Amino acid sequence: MASMRDIKRRKSSIQSTQQITKAMKLVSTVKLQKAKTKAEETNPYFDHMYQTVSSMLKRSGNIMHPYLKAGTSEKKAVIVITSNRGLAGGYNSNIVKLITEGDFKKEDLEIYAIGGKGREALERRGYHIAYSDTEVIESPSYDEASAICRKVLNSFQEEEIGEIYLAYTHFKNTVSHEPKLIRLLPVEVDETEADEKSNVLMNYEPNDEEALDKIIPKYVTSLFYGALVDAVASENGARMQAMDSATSNAEDMISDLSLKYNRARQGSITQELTEIIAGASAIS
Amino acid sequence: MADKEKMFQVKIITPDRIFYTGEVEMIEFMTSSGQIGVYKNHIPLTTVLAPGAVMLHEADGEKVAAVHSGFAEILPEEVTLLAEVAEWPEEIDESRAEAAKQRAEERLQAKAANIDLVRAEYSLRRALTRINVKEMK
Repeated sequence: MASMRDIKRRKSSIQSTQQITKAMKLVSTVKLQKAKTKAEETNPYFDHMYQTVSSMLKRSGNIMHPYLKAGTSEKKAVIVITSNRGLAGGYNSNIVKLITEGDFKKEDLEIYAIGGKGREALERRGYHIAYSDTEVIESPSYDEASAICRKVLNSFQEEEIGEIYLAYTHFKNTVSHEPKLIRLLPVEVDETEADEKSNVLMNYEPNDEEALDKIIPKYVTSLFYGALVDAVASENGARMQAMDSATSNAEDMISDLSLKYNRARQGSITQELTEIIAGASAIS
Repeated sequence: MADKEKMFQVKIITPDRIFYTGEVEMIEFMTSSGQIGVYKNHIPLTTVLAPGAVMLHEADGEKVAAVHSGFAEILPEEVTLLAEVAEWPEEIDESRAEAAKQRAEERLQAKAANIDLVRAEYSLRRALTRINVKEMK
């Protein structure tokens, strides 16, 4: 049996770990609240954006536009949104898995990494990192999001890449987050949902090509921005959960160790007593 | 004025919030091909917004706002403005707009090779819009 001192030392080390995980949990709870409010405020914009763009494309019949068909290049860009810091349970590895276990060929991929953890993991596995940014995830702003999107769209226009994907974690609610991979370009048009309204033909001003030229990049940017905000909320949610279970694990271990400690203490007292009694009886 | 038949739904949405929703009789705004006014039962039209003032003619008065870049989807019963930035006059910082205007003007006049003319022009227009909207109030 471990000595009393060993048990005591181990217990206090677990106690201080528990304090840290508890503090981290509290911090991420607060951050989650903030991120959640922000995600809720942002959601209407890209819900509308998505609806508008898809209804627009349905109504416009068969317009040909570079943004609506895949480029000639075999290369595919994937924007990967992960966190900068670990200790968030499966948050980062789930995203990385989406890419490594998807139907992508490693040679075809250009990774646009947002957040340090995803970049490190993919770099280690030999993916090509075309661009990386660790700042924007700390406090996503629309301006920064649109700057990054411009870079990706430029490569698309110059036919360096044929398709653009986005991998992020969708924030469903506080306890459930879902890693998602969506295609940004060419725009996916949902054919099945053609309702009556879509029979009216949409007009464009100045003309359809110019209008789509302006609107599609905004559409991509807003989806990306929405994903960023979603991902921040998911990150904090995932960290909160991970830290919560770490704290309760520590609690279990501490109670286990306290039991062992008390037993050891009791054992040593009993032993001392027997020794004293044995010594006394030897003298008399 | 307040004829229920003529009113239609308008939404102005930005990435950060739902800027405005309400019933209006007419909405005026700036598009890339000029200023337009929309009444109810307009033909379906999608158009690109240019920096400019938006006039909302509500049943009981008018409202002005500054809107920069985005696009508008016009349907017979509903108009949706998806704007990247939208501001009410009271949110506009006039001194900042003035400073931005001056900066942009200087840049445009200097015509240095290393600046982005399009961007400078764009920020000038944004600043002018802000100042205009502030004055219209």
